[in-house]
Amino acid sequence: MIRFLLKGILRDRSRSLFPSLVVIGGVMLTVVLYSWMMGFEKDIVRANASFRSGHLIVMSKPYAKNFDQTPNDLAYLGAADLLDKLKQDFPGVTWSPRIHFAGLIDVPDSSGETATQGPVIGLGADLLSDNSIEPEVLNLSEAIVAGRLPSRPGEMLMTNELARRLNVALGQTVTIITTTMYGSMTSFNLTVAGTIRFGVAAMDRGLIIADLNDIRGGLDMMDAAGEVVGFFNDGRYWPIRAEQITNTFNESVAADTNKFAPVMMTLMEHSGLEPTLKMYGYVSGTLVSIFVVAMSIVLWNAGLLGSIRRYGEFGIRLAVGETKGHLYRFLITESALIGLLGSIVGTILGILLSWYLQEVGIDVSSFMKNASIVMSDVLRAQVTPTSYFIGLVPGLVATLLGSMISGIGIYRRQTSQLTKEFEA
Amino acid sequence: MRKIAPVLLLILAVTLVSAADRPTGQEILRKVDDNFGADSKVSESEMKIIGERVTRTITLRSWTEGTSRSFTEYLAPAREEGTKMLKLDDELWIYTPQTDRVIRISGHMLRQSVMGSDLSYEDLMDNERYSDVYEAEIVREDTIGDRECWVLNLEAREDNVAYHSREIWVDQERFIPLRENRYAKSGKLLKYTEIQSVSRVDGRWYPKRMLFKDVQKGGDGTEFLIHEVSFDVEIPSHILSKASLRK
Repeated sequence: MIRFLLKGILRDRSRSLFPSLVVIGGVMLTVVLYSWMMGFEKDIVRANASFRSGHLIVMSKPYAKNFDQTPNDLAYLGAADLLDKLKQDFPGVTWSPRIHFAGLIDVPDSSGETATQGPVIGLGADLLSDNSIEPEVLNLSEAIVAGRLPSRPGEMLMTNELARRLNVALGQTVTIITTTMYGSMTSFNLTVAGTIRFGVAAMDRGLIIADLNDIRGGLDMMDAAGEVVGFFNDGRYWPIRAEQITNTFNESVAADTNKFAPVMMTLMEHSGLEPTLKMYGYVSGTLVSIFVVAMSIVLWNAGLLGSIRRYGEFGIRLAVGETKGHLYRFLITESALIGLLGSIVGTILGILLSWYLQEVGIDVSSFMKNASIVMSDVLRAQVTPTSYFIGLVPGLVATLLGSMISGIGIYRRQTSQLTKEFEA
Repeated sequence: MRKIAPVLLLILAVTLVSAADRPTGQEILRKVDDNFGADSKVSESEMKIIGERVTRTITLRSWTEGTSRSFTEYLAPAREEGTKMLKLDDELWIYTPQTDRVIRISGHMLRQSVMGSDLSYEDLMDNERYSDVYEAEIVREDTIGDRECWVLNLEAREDNVAYHSREIWVDQERFIPLRENRYAKSGKLLKYTEIQSVSRVDGRWYPKRMLFKDVQKGGDGTEFLIHEVSFDVEIPSHILSKASLRK
């Protein structure tokens, strides 16, 4: 029967073209919408993990409470011991200390006097150790616009926009003016090794990145760290594992009554992304559901139209003795085939479009100029394994639902009236 | 009534005489300024910054000329050694040997803490005579330890001052402000100071140990201990110049 139906679908376009187009279009949009939302979610998670929270983050309790103010006076002292403990207790995670700070950058003229000055946010991360994960985590090689990565102490990276605004050249030495861990104003020199661009407006406006030891020296933070971030060795965020590690660590330090005792948080907990992503999940689920319902209504209408067009055909088939149940099942099977074929074609087209959006993306930098959230200004889709079958659900369900509703009309036909209908 | 009238007259007379004896708020303020002020001053002192987590001690030597020119060199600890600050009128420069740069401190940077202490650069710049900047009024009398004090309320005449108002406890005999509360325009207490001991130097009473406390900062404040101070000494002109920062 399936072969017979397939022949009918392929040869008689009047019965398959419109429903197929609707299914193809609907499935394609579902796949693109889903992949787009996955890409957006992945971008936010990746940016927050890389630049802000890691997959796991350890800080002193008061620092964690005031994290947004980068309160280095509350930073964790004894970072080396903490790092050893973390490495020993959780070998599946790579740990790295970091220091965030804010300050001024002072660019001298040829006589050493101030030529330009501007606000800056700074990140001290391990850039020079052989086994450091930071250059990869921060995606520095990709972000380089000019120059190179720091290769010796006293060098730094500066965002391209900041360098342009302050008229700083590669190789130039500038002075960073900021506050030490103990609240004292401090200044130290760094030489610009390269300029970078992350495509995250909030960071590209005025970020410098230097080796952790240079920042420690400048901020009088020897053996201190604002935070120690951890990344799962496979590079992916595992929410349940992250929660287990966090619970284990926090239980192990629960007896520490020191005001500055360490506390661990997961990426979701620290970045505040958990409620956002939950809401995002609900919204995407709702959108896909609405899509299924809307497509069902369209296909129901298509089915009704088809039934009207095929009114005569159904009448003859009933008149020659085909049962209404058989005819109804025939219609449903035919719809399932149309749904399946449409879903396959729609998925292929959706994956192709999503793949294009994943590789090229859409530049929204003009809307992100004053944004303060850590989010890429090129929005990209992300093709995941789910992208390959997410479209089957609305494609098949909506087609079947539409046909099942419109097919009910078959049971309303009165066999006794068929001859009269033919005469008319 | 005849018996009471002379008593009332006597009380009135005593009150009028004592009121006439008591100086006005502005006169007290001028005496405080005269006691503190000098044509020039050279001092060596120590700042003990009692933070929440560590206590640090910084030693410094200062040269001051009038109210507008001063030069400070930090002597210890090693991290701060060689750092120099120069104030010329309304401008403040800082030199750090680590950067070998002379940087002008301006704008919001003036509100930064000096070496992590409870003093800001703005406080350092604030060398004007009280009586030139504030209008004083005696609000009450009080005792600090065994010292009788007048409590003065100072209101700034202009807006461009670090502290819009101050409340000071002035020793009635030595004309030293033993306690001072400094307020923002909103009336919020920003800082307070206490003079914990005084000494007699060149015929005037001068603070020996003081406590500065920024109420918005953690820790127990900054103790300022003056080891040596001499007044009206000749300061070589090269010291109070930008060239001396790099020397």
